[in-house]
Amino acid sequence: MSAEVALEARKLTKRYDAFVAVDAIDFTVQTGECVGFLGPNGAGKTSTVRMVGCLSPLTAGTAQVFGFDVTKHPRKIKEMLGVCPQEDNLDPDFTTSHNLLVFARYFDLPRDEAQRRTDELLDLMQLREKAGARVEELSGGMKRRLALARALLNRPRLLLLDEPTTGLDPQARHLMWQRIRQLKADGVTCLLTTHYMEEAQRLCDRVILMDGGKILLEGRPQELIEREVGREVCELWNTTEEVKQFVRSQGWIFEEVEDRLYVYDREGGIVRKEIEARFPAQERLLRHASLEDVFLLRAGRMLRE
Amino acid sequence: MMRNVSSRAWRVWQRDLDVYRTTWKLNFLPPLLEPVLYILAFGLGMGKLIGTISYFGEDIAYLRFMVPGVVSVAIMFWAYFETTYATFIRMVYQRTFEAIITTPLLVEDVIAGEWLWGATKSLLAAGLMLIAVSAFGLASWPSCLLVIPLAILGGLIFSALGLMTTALSPTIEGFNLPIFLAIFPMFLFSGTFFPLDILPLWANVIAWLLPLTHVSLLVRGAFLGKLPPYAWASVLYLLVATPILVVVSFRLMKKRLVK
Repeated sequence: MSAEVALEARKLTKRYDAFVAVDAIDFTVQTGECVGFLGPNGAGKTSTVRMVGCLSPLTAGTAQVFGFDVTKHPRKIKEMLGVCPQEDNLDPDFTTSHNLLVFARYFDLPRDEAQRRTDELLDLMQLREKAGARVEELSGGMKRRLALARALLNRPRLLLLDEPTTGLDPQARHLMWQRIRQLKADGVTCLLTTHYMEEAQRLCDRVILMDGGKILLEGRPQELIEREVGREVCELWNTTEEVKQFVRSQGWIFEEVEDRLYVYDREGGIVRKEIEARFPAQERLLRHASLEDVFLLRAGRMLRE
Repeated sequence: MMRNVSSRAWRVWQRDLDVYRTTWKLNFLPPLLEPVLYILAFGLGMGKLIGTISYFGEDIAYLRFMVPGVVSVAIMFWAYFETTYATFIRMVYQRTFEAIITTPLLVEDVIAGEWLWGATKSLLAAGLMLIAVSAFGLASWPSCLLVIPLAILGGLIFSALGLMTTALSPTIEGFNLPIFLAIFPMFLFSGTFFPLDILPLWANVIAWLLPLTHVSLLVRGAFLGKLPPYAWASVLYLLVATPILVVVSFRLMKKRLVK
């Protein structure tokens, strides 16, 4: 991996009146890296992405994209940027292919080059048959693929993906993932936000967990899981007071959510063995620890909305 | 403020033109039909009751007086309704601007593109109306060609007024207020359908402050082949008011769009 820095943010801050959406965060993204921003709603992920993408002015701090300051050189940066937004903003006045052709004009691509790239991207995103369809005739998955195709028209060096697969069915989601992996393999730097831990685990070299505008944790997904949670999680439900007492007395990391216990097992195998031996009738599920466990353990289970 | 506008603003204008072109037959119809309907209604109907009226010391047929008023109103309406309703839909419901500013275009380019497109709608409408009106022999050539630059100038000022409205209106229903308090009275009381000198002095003073009064004076001059007295004052009004309104409307729109 090249050591060139794609993105560097220092004390990046966004305030909306009194509300602090992003609170002086620092992070760096290397060229070719795929970094995921995780966090509950209102954590500041989208605000961060928007500032980095020159879409929203910084309240304080600095951000540089490939060495260019976002406040001073927005046009230059946006030439190199692909943005796949969270909410659909495809142009409903045009067909699928016309959406791409009109968008290519914003980058001043010559007509024949725009047509060539449009054809290429329609094939890549499996939208060929829908080239002449109006946007409203497209399914959710097709719209997302068109949004991604649109973000790739200028052959970006940095791709900003804001919740790229929210609301998609498994087939559509896997196709999106496949394309994003392919782009990454081609050397495109990716910054994505997501609510899906599985997505982050599959796509990201590194994840940054945000809450309340601050960075809580940062690291490679597997390392984070092992460091914060361990290998396994033993979920117990319909637990009696006796079981709860036992778990509390063991010095394990665990969480109680109503009648359910999440017991985190650093080494693996220990919790299950103990519970099995002492409470054979206890209903339980043993599974691998995931990023979702890290997320819930660190960001808490409280609803944000 | 205007420093950040680049030639890429035309890309936004082109986008709007593309939409217009996909339904151009339907778009051409209203400006062609509107004057015809007015001419029929006022020529065959009401104009007969009125006969001739006195305009700057000359007696002219009411129809000849009124038709330039209809064109002037169209110059206002086509620009104003484009940069209010249509721009608002693109801005809020379609999120078109959000998408555009992820490209090398800045918010200022988007605003400028919309502003220019609003004026283009006035130009297209006035051009088509000129053809229809000429077909009825109600335009004096070649002076009526002055309607073209006047439609651009008038279009630019009403387009800016529309952008101001859009920038300040939280919802699309919010347009009702400025439309019924400002635009509709302007439509009726700007010397469009009757000469201003029959109004009391105070009403004349108000009318002279309104941009449509000046547009309609000049447009009528172009159609009749005879400029009104103080035409230079009307030109001056438009040349001074337009840049002021443009700067204000750009400021307000930028405030609305940048978050």
